[in-house]
Amino acid sequence: MPNVEETYDIIVVGAGHAGCEAALACARLGLETIMFTVSVDSIALMPCNPNIGGSSKGHLVRELDALGGEMGKNIDKTFIQSKMLNESKGPAVHSLRAQADKQNYTREMRNTLENTDHLTIRQAEVTEIIVEDGILKGVKTFSGAVYHCKAAVLATGTYLKARCIYGEVSSFTGPNGLQAANHLTDSLIANGIEMYRFKTGTPARVDKRSIDFSKMEEQFGDKRVVPFSFSTDPESVQKEQVSCWLTYTNEKTHEIIRENLDRSPLFSGAIEGTGPRYCPSIEDKVVKFPDKNRHQVFVEPEGLYTNEMYLGGMSSSLPEDVQYAMYRTVPGLEHVKIVRNAYAIEYDCINSRQLDATLEFKKIQGLFSGGQFNGSSGYEEAAVQGFMAGVNAAMKVLGREPYILDRSQAYIGVLIDDLVTKENHEPYRMMTSRAEYRLLLRQDNADLRLMKIGHEIGLVDDATYERLLWKEKAIEEEKERLEKAVVGANEKVQKFLESHGSTALKSGSTLAELVRRPELNYFSLAELDENRPELPYDVAEQVNINLKYAGYIKRQMQQVTQFKKLENKKLDKDFDYSIVPSLRREAVQKLNLYKPLNIGQASRISGVSPADISVLLVYLEQFRHQKK
Amino acid sequence: MKTDTIAAVATAMSSSGIGIIRISGEESFAIIDRIFRKKDGTHLKEWKSHRVYYGFICDGEEKIDEVLVLAMKGPHSYTAEDTIEIDCHGGVLMMKKILETVLKYGARPAEPGEFTKRAFLNGRIDLSQAEAVIDIIEAKNQYALQSSVSQLRGAVSKEIKSLREQILYEIAFIESALDDPEHISLDGYGDKLDQVLEEIIERTRKLLSSADDGKVMTEGVKTVIVGKPNAGKSSLMNVLLGEDRAIVTDIAGTTRDILEEHIRLQGISLNVIDTAGIRDTEDVVERIGVDRAKNIAREADLILYVVDASCPLDENDKEILKLIQDRKCVVLLNKTDLKQEVEAEELEKISGQKVVPVSVKEGTGINLLEEEIKKLFYHGELNFNDEVYITNVRHKTALEETLNSLLMVKQSIADQMPEDFYSIDLMNAYEQLGIIIGEAVEDDLVNEIFSKFCMGK
Repeated sequence: MPNVEETYDIIVVGAGHAGCEAALACARLGLETIMFTVSVDSIALMPCNPNIGGSSKGHLVRELDALGGEMGKNIDKTFIQSKMLNESKGPAVHSLRAQADKQNYTREMRNTLENTDHLTIRQAEVTEIIVEDGILKGVKTFSGAVYHCKAAVLATGTYLKARCIYGEVSSFTGPNGLQAANHLTDSLIANGIEMYRFKTGTPARVDKRSIDFSKMEEQFGDKRVVPFSFSTDPESVQKEQVSCWLTYTNEKTHEIIRENLDRSPLFSGAIEGTGPRYCPSIEDKVVKFPDKNRHQVFVEPEGLYTNEMYLGGMSSSLPEDVQYAMYRTVPGLEHVKIVRNAYAIEYDCINSRQLDATLEFKKIQGLFSGGQFNGSSGYEEAAVQGFMAGVNAAMKVLGREPYILDRSQAYIGVLIDDLVTKENHEPYRMMTSRAEYRLLLRQDNADLRLMKIGHEIGLVDDATYERLLWKEKAIEEEKERLEKAVVGANEKVQKFLESHGSTALKSGSTLAELVRRPELNYFSLAELDENRPELPYDVAEQVNINLKYAGYIKRQMQQVTQFKKLENKKLDKDFDYSIVPSLRREAVQKLNLYKPLNIGQASRISGVSPADISVLLVYLEQFRHQKK
Repeated sequence: MKTDTIAAVATAMSSSGIGIIRISGEESFAIIDRIFRKKDGTHLKEWKSHRVYYGFICDGEEKIDEVLVLAMKGPHSYTAEDTIEIDCHGGVLMMKKILETVLKYGARPAEPGEFTKRAFLNGRIDLSQAEAVIDIIEAKNQYALQSSVSQLRGAVSKEIKSLREQILYEIAFIESALDDPEHISLDGYGDKLDQVLEEIIERTRKLLSSADDGKVMTEGVKTVIVGKPNAGKSSLMNVLLGEDRAIVTDIAGTTRDILEEHIRLQGISLNVIDTAGIRDTEDVVERIGVDRAKNIAREADLILYVVDASCPLDENDKEILKLIQDRKCVVLLNKTDLKQEVEAEELEKISGQKVVPVSVKEGTGINLLEEEIKKLFYHGELNFNDEVYITNVRHKTALEETLNSLLMVKQSIADQMPEDFYSIDLMNAYEQLGIIIGEAVEDDLVNEIFSKFCMGK
């Protein structure tokens, strides 16, 4: 029987947040790209929470945008509420989070994909990868069709051998009852890839008309919305927003949960996958934190044109009847009607330490992967990996150098470095505490950190790039001006200081010095600053932060210098560590397994000690001398 | 922020001769300039390479020692970096003091074998020596690791662990609130943290002052006194103490079933442990004490075995003789003022060790014991290990950094900095304390966040 046979530069398997970014990046770089999905109607689906961004995730979206990704632009088009989290805290932890209109988000992304040149969308289940001599040659679909390619990106999300469970009910489907992909795992295992089984969960969706909002606290969006994308006109996102609602569980809720724990598949052992600790089900929370007599429940709209509401904070895999009972103990939800049950989902993913920092499989050339398939969680984590995997697949096909962001450059770098070097036994979520240099990796300076790289890759246009160069210059000039601008201890100045609760000057001071005072900032000092030029907000914001936190920023930059020293000592991918005398056995095993790219990465592998690194450094130096 | 200029004592930390403190790295000249004064008390105008300068090491106004300083600009030095060598008067205390001053003014303590490593990496050491370099690093690391953990007094490591736990809890609280601001609030947290800090800072200060007295690490030759009950062990201890004005070490909270004293004997630092008498016993409590005594004897650098000359050797002595076989040991034949049941020559034959007849009670023969220990020491049979001192200095530096970081957090609170700035310095304090007890950070924080605070959807 004759089969379809086609050839592309790049194949992307999956059309979720990782798949979309991978496919767009490749196609936009001019490579013929085909993207497979089990359901074209589910492109860029948000099967769990209806938000994009959040603490540290907002950073990821902005970084992705600076590099030339799509997620930021797409949420700017489709958000229905937006908030800057942690505004009262330091600039490093400000983070954007928006409520999305889920359907609209999907539609807009699909529209973008369908109108991108060189991009083909195909509904089919990929069942096999075709590998010859350790090099990826193509994939096969369920129908037997063969697609040849130069590189591929796997972004299968939570669909591999997916199983959805609540109570005693379990069904072999992907999220939202979508078709699972039941064959690819076997092909991956046959090609020597080690698989893990992870688990996650989602709360019920309920009918808005059955909720009594008068018993809940209303949660508004920000008055002034900040867009995610650096290329979105800030005025275009100032629009009417919808509210979310806050309510709480209580002792009654917890009692019902405790009474029915034996019917939960998590506790009975029916679920074998490892769940994320940061995203616990309500039954997990009740068991783990018995002292807490209430937990928050955020009731969030799923979109403008649906009555479905998401019950954030109450994900569960308890049986249907228990779900009804427990939800109905919550104030405002007494008569709630469930539209979709809460459930837990189990799926196959990989041990991500089989990947290089480029997200290419160490053992299979040309095969890249991103997203939940790599053992992460979250739309944003998925999107950035999909993007980096797509870019590096494209670079490989184009014969260009790969792009690897390090821990001092971006949260994306932290995320990928963690995934490829550290043991990970639960879905990996980004957290600001994982970033060592977070004062440098702020969401407000993602463009300054990464847009040059985006431009060099070829995904940021010249006009945007020119604006960036101008911005950099404007910030530097303004900082310099303030370091030199002196105000005297005159009456006007003293009066100003007094009115701002700041101590009087003994002698003259530079404006920069005044900006550093806790009770003052660049903006409030405008009054004293007669020669201040007219500058756009984003420039002024950078000047303020850079001056205000100069001491801390300088310290982190010094740490980065130390860090870079080790990152710049490259290691050979083919190096056999067992020939290094005096290296401990455990270190040899780990190093041979992971084949780190540089000494810095080697030092982060668990089981490699500082003494091993010393030994390694000495040996490598000797090796280098001998080569000469 | 410490630079990457390193310093260490380059000579053996013995009690005699001349000591050399070596500094290597970009900041070497700047650091020596901060602490070196000419004879007339002024700063040197210019440091020339490969010259020797005579003057004083000073910490601010305080003159520490009269020294010769050898200045070498890289690459013409051992490490090929800018290097300073300070020749000072020997003596452990003096060398330590100077090293600490160097560290205070900008260097960091060298890692074990780091000078050699740098010399090698900068191409100063021949290739054929590479393997040896690896061995040195490995051996020194192993020793340092051993000493940094095992030499740490139990009470100190317990205290450090408890401090770390407390600090980590606070970081985890801040971080979980930053990650999940809608679930966890930081309202009013600054004031609360400020109070917690008061206590943590106070405790860190206490640790630091005990480090100054050398109480954090058990410095000196680890010496243990063994013998049957009533052989005169405790009396020996008292004699040694009385004659040499020993510093009695004591740290609050230490419960001691074994007496431990720091004694300086003819310039040699001994850390003497008096043990329960070794005898076969059915008494459970005593049994534990005896077992522990045996364990300590096994780890000791030097054993002083006290034999009661007035009663014949028995099974218990045999057990002890087994224990001291092939060990550095001086056998003390005590109670020579009484009727002798055991003869020195006979004992020397059985034990294979040097026997010194003494009468602890009369105070006779103690000078012979001192001579014997001195001989062992200066003939290099007893190792007076530098690493312990170096490790101690490193620990002290880490404690100082801890204290600085904690004070910075307090400053940040006073300056009304946002809460996320607190955790930067708290984390630094946590890491510095970790260095002392040899624990890496790894995923402590993430684990703590998840186990202590309820987050997420």
